[in-house]
Amino acid sequence: MPGRTLYDKIWDAHVVAEAPNDETVLYVDLHLIHEVTTPQAFAGLRAAGRPVRRPDLTLAVADHNTPTEGQALGVEAVADPEARLQLQTLARNVADAGIAFFPMGDIANGIVHIVGPEQGRTQPGMTVVCGDSHTSTHGAFGALAHGIGTSEVEHVLATQTLRQRKAKNMRVTFIGQPIPGVGAKDFALALIGEIGTGGGTGSVIEYAGPAIDALSMEGRMTLCNLSIEGGAKAGLIAADDKTFAYIMGKPGAPKGAAWDMAVEYWRSFTSDPDARFDREITIDVSKLAPTLTWGTSPEDVMAVTGLVPDPQSFGTEDKRAGAARALDYMGLTAGQPIIEAAIQRVFIGSCTNSRIEDLRQAALIARKALDRGLKVAPGVRAMIVPGSGLVKEEAEAEGLDKLFIEAGFEWREPGCSMCLGMNPDRLAPGERCATTSNRKFEGRQGRGGRTHLMSPAMAAAAAIAGHIADVREYL
Amino acid sequence: MEKFDRLDGPAAPLAMANIDTDQIIPKQFLKTVEREGLGKGLFYDFRFDMEGVLKPEFVLNQPAYKGVKMLVAGDNFGCGSSREHAPWALMDFGIRCVISTSFADIFYNNCFSNGLLPVVLKLDQVQALMAEAKGGNHVFSVALEAQTVVSPSGQSFHFDIDPGRKEKMLKGLDAIGETLEHASAIDRFEEKRRLTRAWAAA
Ligand code: SF4
Repeated sequence: MPGRTLYDKIWDAHVVAEAPNDETVLYVDLHLIHEVTTPQAFAGLRAAGRPVRRPDLTLAVADHNTPTEGQALGVEAVADPEARLQLQTLARNVADAGIAFFPMGDIANGIVHIVGPEQGRTQPGMTVVCGDSHTSTHGAFGALAHGIGTSEVEHVLATQTLRQRKAKNMRVTFIGQPIPGVGAKDFALALIGEIGTGGGTGSVIEYAGPAIDALSMEGRMTLCNLSIEGGAKAGLIAADDKTFAYIMGKPGAPKGAAWDMAVEYWRSFTSDPDARFDREITIDVSKLAPTLTWGTSPEDVMAVTGLVPDPQSFGTEDKRAGAARALDYMGLTAGQPIIEAAIQRVFIGSCTNSRIEDLRQAALIARKALDRGLKVAPGVRAMIVPGSGLVKEEAEAEGLDKLFIEAGFEWREPGCSMCLGMNPDRLAPGERCATTSNRKFEGRQGRGGRTHLMSPAMAAAAAIAGHIADVREYL
Repeated sequence: MEKFDRLDGPAAPLAMANIDTDQIIPKQFLKTVEREGLGKGLFYDFRFDMEGVLKPEFVLNQPAYKGVKMLVAGDNFGCGSSREHAPWALMDFGIRCVISTSFADIFYNNCFSNGLLPVVLKLDQVQALMAEAKGGNHVFSVALEAQTVVSPSGQSFHFDIDPGRKEKMLKGLDAIGETLEHASAIDRFEEKRRLTRAWAAA
């Protein structure tokens, strides 16, 4: 028998039954839920008289809709009546079902993909699902994690399983050592630039290689988070000692003798040396400059040192038309150096980049700017939204909040915020934003808003410069 | 779930690649706790300008495409978020079938949970249908049992579909009910899981 991949092994360990027609009933170890994609699922269960099978394997947070100020005032004080109703509906649904819940304002509340790992609930070898496409984040722990739709949320609540078809195996090997100012966000953007937003469709990507081994858990989460932007079903990284060290001592982590058993089990989840992948790609990160996006799709990537591309340089009619449309939407001219683009907004946050390490990277830039007598450029509004109450607390204990405020940044309360702009944090038409989130479709951050994806350090540098900036000049 | 057997009606051309779920249904419409009524937000930024006035040039706003039942769209339709509001909005607008060369995974799955048929055809076939959808007569016919799309001029294309999904669509079956038939297998799995992975049993 040929060797198995990490994905194959997790899959095999969760097969409950083979259903007809290539479908497999797969067990779900952890189901994360939030207010936006669940109300219809709970309503469906009630209508059919079905209970929640495993409330103990389900964890709820409120994050997508929540305002990033005044959270202590509680849900009743949320100004938007529709958002308030969704938050109240979630609270009622989880109370009825007996599901653990960190409500808005709770210190452990935050963005669902920050909270799962932070609570030690995300563990190697698990299957993790959530009604949010960036569930791929949890793959950083060697877990098979992906987004599902609301009907599937209902299916998991009722059965603790999903009906699935096996995806293809793809491996991306990152080699080389990055130059200072280049990190996980740049790796991910470079990969999506190379394979395109549909490049991973139908595949589960395993990330491997020395540059992955060298990444922190935070960096690995950033990379896995962006797998879905390359169209992949999930992204994963085999667990190692760093993974175990991150989980150890967290509330949901195994304790005592169970810990040793767990680690032994977790170590078995690696791809065999002779495992076969349907597709392999290698990326040399030593060649990467700090990277950002210029267009309206995450595949529209470029080096910060580059010129905005000419639509005529694209290979197909479709692509030429798409690029021209993107430049028009983004208010950019072909051939213009990207660092000339003036920005009005900065958003450092989202499940891609709002963990403590991300905030530390941005803080380093803010500190160096202050040393040089610089602050956030006049006319720029720069927001920092920590990923969870615990991240916020940790950052404040390190004094990062004061540093940011002194440098002219806004220090906000946790949530998805401007990542999708469902809460009051969004762009006005024509505003250009340096953002650390993950998605940049037209209108994502506010109708007519112009989003450039980049790393937290790059976004902080842009805030200081008042235009797109090369982080290396601010290090 | 509504059954899908055959569908006859106008098809609208959307000759763009990578139409994402934010475009299909922008986030301001996600605040509902209902499945119904999302049609009003479908392709909102395409259909309406900044002042909320209908844009006459957008295909779905043209009288010729009134009562639209299908879309012919560019590559990688439905990429982006997992929001099932996307198929709900399409269905609420009256659209029950989308034809493209490829679909994003989560959107594709979500379609089958809701009785919306995603049809994958080859590039030259989609281009042929796109051309006809742009023409004067654009009433197509889709037959699920026979797995065919027939254009107004009579071009007929066969599409592939997983037999299990086809059967569920034809009968309008509920996936949860079907999975619960495996309840004893789930019980056995959980028992084994409890014994071998006690720490994960929560
Ligand atoms: S931060 Fe953005 S991508 Fe992440 S869970 Fe929230 S809305 Fe989804």
